[in-house]
Amino acid sequence: MNSFTLTQATATDEAVRDLTSHDGAAYLGGGTNLVDLMKYNLERPTHLTSLGLLPLTDITSLPDGGLRLGALATNADTAWHPEVEKRYPLLSQTILAGATPQLRNVATNGGNLNQRTRCYYFYDLATPCNKREPGSGCSALTGPNRVCGVLGTSESCIATHPSDMCVALAALEAVVRVQGPDGERTIKFEDYHRLPGDHPEKDNTLKPGELVTAIDLPEEGYADHFTYLKLRDRSSYAFALVSVAVGLKMNGNTIEKARFALGGVAHKPWRDQEAEKMLEGQTASPDLFRQVAAKVFAEAKGYGEDSLHNSFKIELGKRAIVRALKQATEMSQVVNPNVFLNSNP
Amino acid sequence: MSQTIATPPTVRLDSDVLGKPISRTDGPAKVSGAAKYAAEFGVTGPLWYGYIVSSPIAKGKITKIHADEVLAIPGVQHIFSHENVPSLAWFDRNYKDDVAPGGSPFRPLHEPEILFSLQPVALVVADTFELARYAASVLRIEYDVEKHNTDLEASIGEAYDAPRGKTGFMPPPKPKGDMDKAYQEAPHKIAGEYIHRAQHQNPMEMFATTVDWLGDGKKMKIYDKTQGAPNVQQYLMKIFSLSTDEARVISKFTGGGFGSGLRPQYQVFLAVMAALELKHSIRVVMTRTQMFSFGHRPHTLQKLRLATDDLGQIQALEHKALHETSQFENYTETIVNWAGVLYPSPNTNFDYQLAKLDVYSPLDMRAPGAATGSFALESAIDEMAYAANVDPLDFRLRNYSYEDPIENKPFTSKRLDDCLHEGAARFGWDQRNPEPRSMRDGNQLVGWGVAAGCWDASMQKAAAKAVLSADGHLTVSSATNDQGAGTYVIMTQMAAQTLGLPMKQVTFNLGDTNMPAAPVQGGSWTANSVGAAVKDACQGIGKKLLKLAQKMDNSPLAGVDFEDAQFVDGYIRANEDITRSVAIADILAASGEEKIEADGKAGPNPINMLKYSMHSHNAVFVEVKVDEDLGTIHVTRVVNAVAAGRIMNPKTARSQVLGGTVWGLSMALMEETYLNNELGRFMNHNYAEYHIPVNADIHKIDVIFVEEQDDIASPIGVKGVGEIGMLGVAAAIANAVYHATGKRVRELPLTSDKLL
Amino acid sequence: MSQTFIQEPLDKAAPHVVPAQAVTLNVNGEDHTIQIAPWTSLLDALREYLNLTGTKKGCDHGQCGACTVLVDGKRINSCLALATVYQGKKIQTIEGLGAEDNLSPLQQAFVDHDAFQCGYCTPGQICSAQGLINEGRCKTEDEVREHMSGNLCRCGAYTNILSAVMEVLHDGNVVVDNGVLITIPVAPTKASSAE
Ligand SMILES: Cc1cc2nc3c(=O)[nH]c(=O)nc-3n(C[C@H](O)[C@H](O)[C@H](O)COP(=O)(O)OP(=O)(O)OC[C@H]3O[C@@H](n4cnc5c(N)ncnc54)[C@H](O)[C@@H]3O)c2cc1C
Ligand code: SF4
Ligand code: FES
Ligand code: FES
Repeated sequence: MNSFTLTQATATDEAVRDLTSHDGAAYLGGGTNLVDLMKYNLERPTHLTSLGLLPLTDITSLPDGGLRLGALATNADTAWHPEVEKRYPLLSQTILAGATPQLRNVATNGGNLNQRTRCYYFYDLATPCNKREPGSGCSALTGPNRVCGVLGTSESCIATHPSDMCVALAALEAVVRVQGPDGERTIKFEDYHRLPGDHPEKDNTLKPGELVTAIDLPEEGYADHFTYLKLRDRSSYAFALVSVAVGLKMNGNTIEKARFALGGVAHKPWRDQEAEKMLEGQTASPDLFRQVAAKVFAEAKGYGEDSLHNSFKIELGKRAIVRALKQATEMSQVVNPNVFLNSNP
Repeated sequence: MSQTIATPPTVRLDSDVLGKPISRTDGPAKVSGAAKYAAEFGVTGPLWYGYIVSSPIAKGKITKIHADEVLAIPGVQHIFSHENVPSLAWFDRNYKDDVAPGGSPFRPLHEPEILFSLQPVALVVADTFELARYAASVLRIEYDVEKHNTDLEASIGEAYDAPRGKTGFMPPPKPKGDMDKAYQEAPHKIAGEYIHRAQHQNPMEMFATTVDWLGDGKKMKIYDKTQGAPNVQQYLMKIFSLSTDEARVISKFTGGGFGSGLRPQYQVFLAVMAALELKHSIRVVMTRTQMFSFGHRPHTLQKLRLATDDLGQIQALEHKALHETSQFENYTETIVNWAGVLYPSPNTNFDYQLAKLDVYSPLDMRAPGAATGSFALESAIDEMAYAANVDPLDFRLRNYSYEDPIENKPFTSKRLDDCLHEGAARFGWDQRNPEPRSMRDGNQLVGWGVAAGCWDASMQKAAAKAVLSADGHLTVSSATNDQGAGTYVIMTQMAAQTLGLPMKQVTFNLGDTNMPAAPVQGGSWTANSVGAAVKDACQGIGKKLLKLAQKMDNSPLAGVDFEDAQFVDGYIRANEDITRSVAIADILAASGEEKIEADGKAGPNPINMLKYSMHSHNAVFVEVKVDEDLGTIHVTRVVNAVAAGRIMNPKTARSQVLGGTVWGLSMALMEETYLNNELGRFMNHNYAEYHIPVNADIHKIDVIFVEEQDDIASPIGVKGVGEIGMLGVAAAIANAVYHATGKRVRELPLTSDKLL
Repeated sequence: MSQTFIQEPLDKAAPHVVPAQAVTLNVNGEDHTIQIAPWTSLLDALREYLNLTGTKKGCDHGQCGACTVLVDGKRINSCLALATVYQGKKIQTIEGLGAEDNLSPLQQAFVDHDAFQCGYCTPGQICSAQGLINEGRCKTEDEVREHMSGNLCRCGAYTNILSAVMEVLHDGNVVVDNGVLITIPVAPTKASSAE
């Protein structure tokens, strides 16, 4: 870890000013990702603008029926907020499926959005990695890449975005509010994270100095038909191999509205709006779900066949979609608000 | 002189502690944070910190180290590398520790050559930990890269028969009969290839050394993370030409080892070297990444062939194994020998080979060799049972070895049959429908599997010292280790029981080379070896006490031989008439001695070793639930029945078996270090991506101890439980998965993708 | 083939080190002032500057939970926390929960249930369990298992950890049967009876 100075900002404007007035500065939320990366010498900011004292921790109802999540509210407080639990149980479950109680107590909503993509090579300075060092090559294309992606990849990078929370936010069509040197703006969630393309060094579309202030949820929370299915290498405390967040509006056995997103398979939470449309107005059935799953992965590309490599995610992903849609339509499983149980029957 | 009491002492039994489920004596220190591990000791004077720089390449040569730039940072004290390492002992033998395999041990910072990825190449010493870490991160090093080979499967052609060299190495048994012919002609046969890749011990505590430079010549207190302080001391003395006084190694608590602490690791070398050169106290702690740089369970390929007659009796058995080793040492473990011990077969063949790669030497990891061999063997046995149409439990009983079929020697004791029976009863095995895919729970397929395990019951040389002070407190010490096995409490029990003292009057100390020598803690031999030495020392005290008692006026114990005396609840009594007794407190008072001391020792009995085969055994029953669509496997129930002689403390012994079971589950479902052959480097070198189970993965585990009376395997009847609990578990899980799904997976770990 | 690999730092700037400054931490009810730079983690501040070594370092990267402490009653990983930003908060470590001769109910339950072996993950487990109890969300075995999953135990003491936590969580009214111990007594040796 390199040496740096640190300021604790107490107001949003002040934070933006503090950051822009220092070269090589970064915002510090809970620090669970940034400090980790700094210890691995991957991020080497010379100044940190700590956001811990900003008044952005509230979760408040919006006049349009939606809910505003403060960027500095912790993941734990968000998951266990009564309004979130009641109206957006999908989000609550998804947050609880991520990381650990200790990390969620510190991790902020803004930080969760901005955590870096994950990949073994990115984390190891000894290896070539385009994301870390543009032009150095991508070690994951041929090497062990079990964590890496199969959708929206490019030859320059196949890393995946590790957030669970963001998968739900994608399905819920959240809006991100940011404030920067040039004032405020909003970003639709699907535009927030980006695909690697030729510039894997950038994970999202934030401009320099921009600070996430809040995440707005639209009114529809799919509280009656939702599921978050997270498949991973152990029951807890592991990143998703594949995850699926589903929110449905049902009328009897007919799907009126469908939103879903995948985690663990791409550089960003993966939404496929055409696939969502295939569900709408249709009667829920395993066949339909299989067609939808096939559509989502139609253009997927795996990078190696054995268990150290990720091609299996294509088949696993399809099956996960089918299962998640089934769970969300049937809702036969009792949802325990305190515990996310991995891949329940 | 005060006379002894007239009424017989009431038996309170608070000295009857052996075999009782007594809580760890070191428990309160551990749960309150008072227990100190290697990186936690204070030193005299200021402390400097060393941070290790590791090689980014697997093979090549360092051409330049830009140390000057970094030394210019205020507070950076020194940078050690091959360029300025002091001249040290020259011969390989000086670098060999007790557990070293054959070959030339790795010498840290010895030369510019890079032999494996993550090799330590420099030690940066600075005033604070943060500064040392930072300075290490800006140190520029240039390397000439050479082509490496870390690919085992591509190196099969260069494999060679495993040579001798490592202590305890057991070559594969000689072949018997005509394997090929018997196999060919048998009505039922199976063959399979089994694979697992590297696994790392990954104890929770990272390797660390704090050297307290005492400022008196070269005297140091070396607080080290190890499974054996004496082994580390010997190693340091030979390399740095130190006396026992100068290199005092202390290891009071060890945050897990699982084999990784059997050999002295490079941080202790670096810390001691730096302390000697800089004449200063220093602390060196590895990073979690560096925990993947000094040994692992080797990537192993195994082949098994089995055949039976129509009655399901094994006629042919072949087990072959091949694994990696480094370019500089021939690491060996015992993989293929277990088949021969567990199952008699008229025709057998065994083979064991190594292949050299550009990696660090593998290193013993819990149940080394046996965990590997047992997975393949017990999977094959299950497959064979199915092929022969015999229930897998039945099959094991039908092919039971009543004596060691390899060496044709009787077992000192073997209650594996009772383990199988008792385990089956507890598990409800008779409810099992043998048909694969026949059992369900809702959406999930249910599978039940069984496997057996076997481990050496061995003894090593050990010594202990006992001191009984005038106030009646007994202090026993031995330079052994407690990496979590429960050594502190069971040795306290052993001492208390032997001298009939209550637990609170006894203290057991360990982990200091100023104490009598003991072997490294591994191989499940501590309870047995150190326990016997402790007993011997305490009996020495007992004999002295008896003599003193007999010197008392009108001693009620006059004429009683030591063998005819008993030590109970603070009294020595005559076996024949327990009213003839004297209180130990009275003996001490009468004697006027300040303290009574005795040394004890124990060691293997070579004659018994020649005459008998000594093993512990277990039988494991497992229930899995498999979500077939998604490939997820949950182990919902385990029964682990263990026969390991006498159990000194069922509470801590149970924990050892629980831990072993979790290890077996972990090996079966999760553990695998991903090696990138292009880079010659392990890639998931962290706790986030090297998966071990979390609490949510572990469900019900029943432990059964089938006790054995065995005075031959050990003078105290103990065989040790550190490894045995792990055996059988991985195979039982794989067998249960087969029963659930009809799919036989021969590659570990059984991740979901392998079931899709 | 000869190729040069340079192990090079990312920043090309000349090395520079921010000086230490006084930082006051409230630990176990007492204020302590230490001289540290912003790069000191809360974990290192406790272990290396305050000699509170009960809090353990198992990975230094948020991957194991050994460094768990309570901040204003909530469990966090102290290895990923920068000490400077924790000024003014109430930090509680294992040493603050109870002492060797005066164990807290959780500490006692861990001893009683043998909920550890090497003991290295234990302070983190106990602080985490205390955090779980403070949260007041978990009651059942499944819930506790999941919410104790932020603490790895390489020794595999999980079933006993569960028993200990359940006991304290339910004030001793719940006994968790997550594994029975049965001892079958000694039988005569079969040594020479090769039937
Ligand atoms: C071992 C481990 C396991 C994990 N497992 C999971 C998992 O299973 N699922 C999962 O979803 N997550 C997981 N996480 C990740 C965790 O959720 C994130 O680290 C966390 O959400 C980041 O939040 P933070 O506030 O700590 O961010 P920080 O570390 O403070 O910041 C992360 C990044 O965001 C920037 N940033 C922070 N706040 C803002 C803001 N308001 N505006 C603009 N930029 C900002 C920072 O500059 C930095 O670049 C895991 C983390 C660890 C260490
Ligand atoms: S996948 Fe991306 S992050 Fe991983 S090595 Fe390739 S470029 Fe780097
Ligand atoms: S040391 Fe903090 S989580 Fe491992
Ligand atoms: S007790 Fe050793 S890691 Fe948990």
